[in-house]
Amino acid sequence: MEIKQLYREIVNEHNLNPEHRGVMENPSLKLRGVNPSCGDDITLQLKINDEGIIEDAMFDGCGCAISQASVDMMADQIIGRNKEEALKLASTFMGMIRGDVTDEKEIEELDEAAALQDVSHMPARVKCAVLGWKTMQEILEHPEKSEN
Amino acid sequence: MKAEDFRKDFPIFQGNDYIYFDNAATSQRPQAVIDEVADFYKRSNANPLRGLYDWSVDATDRYEHARETVAKFIGAKKSCEIVFTRNTTESMNLLAYSYGLKNVNEGDEIVISVMEHHSNILPWQMVCRQKGAKLIWLEPDDEGVITKEEYESKITDRAKIVSIGHVSNVLGVTNPVKEIAAYAHAKGAVVITDGAQSVPHMKVDVQDLGVDFLAFSGHKLMAPMGIGVLYGREELLEAMDPFLTGGEMIEYVTRDSATWAELPHKFEAGTVNAADAVGLEAAIKYIEKVGFDYIESKERQLTRLLMDGMSELSYIKVYGSKDPDKHCGIVTFTIDGVHPHDISSVLNEDRVCVRAGHHCAQPLMQYLGVGSTARASLYFYNTEEEVHRFLEVLKGVRKVMGYGD
Repeated sequence: MEIKQLYREIVNEHNLNPEHRGVMENPSLKLRGVNPSCGDDITLQLKINDEGIIEDAMFDGCGCAISQASVDMMADQIIGRNKEEALKLASTFMGMIRGDVTDEKEIEELDEAAALQDVSHMPARVKCAVLGWKTMQEILEHPEKSEN
Repeated sequence: MKAEDFRKDFPIFQGNDYIYFDNAATSQRPQAVIDEVADFYKRSNANPLRGLYDWSVDATDRYEHARETVAKFIGAKKSCEIVFTRNTTESMNLLAYSYGLKNVNEGDEIVISVMEHHSNILPWQMVCRQKGAKLIWLEPDDEGVITKEEYESKITDRAKIVSIGHVSNVLGVTNPVKEIAAYAHAKGAVVITDGAQSVPHMKVDVQDLGVDFLAFSGHKLMAPMGIGVLYGREELLEAMDPFLTGGEMIEYVTRDSATWAELPHKFEAGTVNAADAVGLEAAIKYIEKVGFDYIESKERQLTRLLMDGMSELSYIKVYGSKDPDKHCGIVTFTIDGVHPHDISSVLNEDRVCVRAGHHCAQPLMQYLGVGSTARASLYFYNTEEEVHRFLEVLKGVRKVMGYGD
């Protein structure tokens, strides 16, 4: 898929009308993720209940359409899942973007976020696509880094 | 001559319709430069400055001839005032370590401007941290100009170094370096200018500017990547210690001491980049063939065309002066609602190359209140036809990004 098609069919909707953008009150975990070289800058906030289920996920900040759409799609996918499931999705997503994970069944797990697979052919945009996922991985694996 | 005629000299422009508008990041190389580098390796390749046989002597001659050409090109009094480095960044670091750390003390001030490239910021932050000195920032007005009031109020007797970019890589504005240098000298400071964005585009003469040091990169003026220049006044360079130590920069070495080679070799440790210095000489000859009169008039004509076209699009904001003649071919802009990275990616789909990001000038981005911007930067080999096509493609960006217009 060429990038214009990717924007039109997948990215724009999430970028222009993100469902999960905003500031969360009393998040369980909160972490800022930055791509220093290009300036994408998000703050990911997660609410996790006593059973360890991610009840809500929100992000705030600014960045290019791909970074913002990707984190919005990620929030869609991880709400209702536990930490292990969310981390598994993150590793699948990053594997897909790096081009290491090509198994269709595995990629289907990502649901809508699988549509970003073509970013694996756009080296300049890889960092944008993985920012939200990397930030989630970081905060789930190192909750002590939480900024709340 | 027309731009089309010069374009024939550049292999990268042949057989495709890419629009290369990222000349402030690096320029393209004409065949003459590529040939000269290859010729050095084919005919003269040996380690310069040390060998006593024909090939090494030839390599040395060609390397030193390149130095003489650079000296004449920027109006240095002697070729020993030209130190070859890798690029502007290395030149600035050399100055910070070899001049700054030795001459700046606690309570002193180093003056730079908010529109500097990071290479003219970070080395001075290092000196200030290590020596307890203070970094002073000059700020431009709305048109991007550092006014007389601004520099006269901030350059005081405490200033030891004033280091100002000649042309901003974001705003394209030419700073009043000559006036600042005269004022700073009266206050007792040493004056450095970053010529990375000026030397490729206008006649720069260090005597006329009155600066003590000038740094620039070869690759922005059609020379190979990896060759840069530091000009310094002889007596200042003479009093400085080496930046890097090792081979080819000594006079005499014992088990526990060494004396330095004479200028400029004491600043050129290790095997030098002779082939690319020779390439830089070829680039200077090429630039002189084209002529700065042509370069400046062509860039102004194209910049005017570009900015006029952009001004018709209400959702585009251009940074810096409203006068295209004051942009040195650099037009930095944003599009409402579209992140600069998306602008660059969408333009790339139509084979248009522009830079997006903070342009290694984050303090300026903070000062302008923008996270990042897109930048189209022109050179004399660009054409009106390219500007027209660029504007057409630009008009389609918001649509691709899901907006109605």
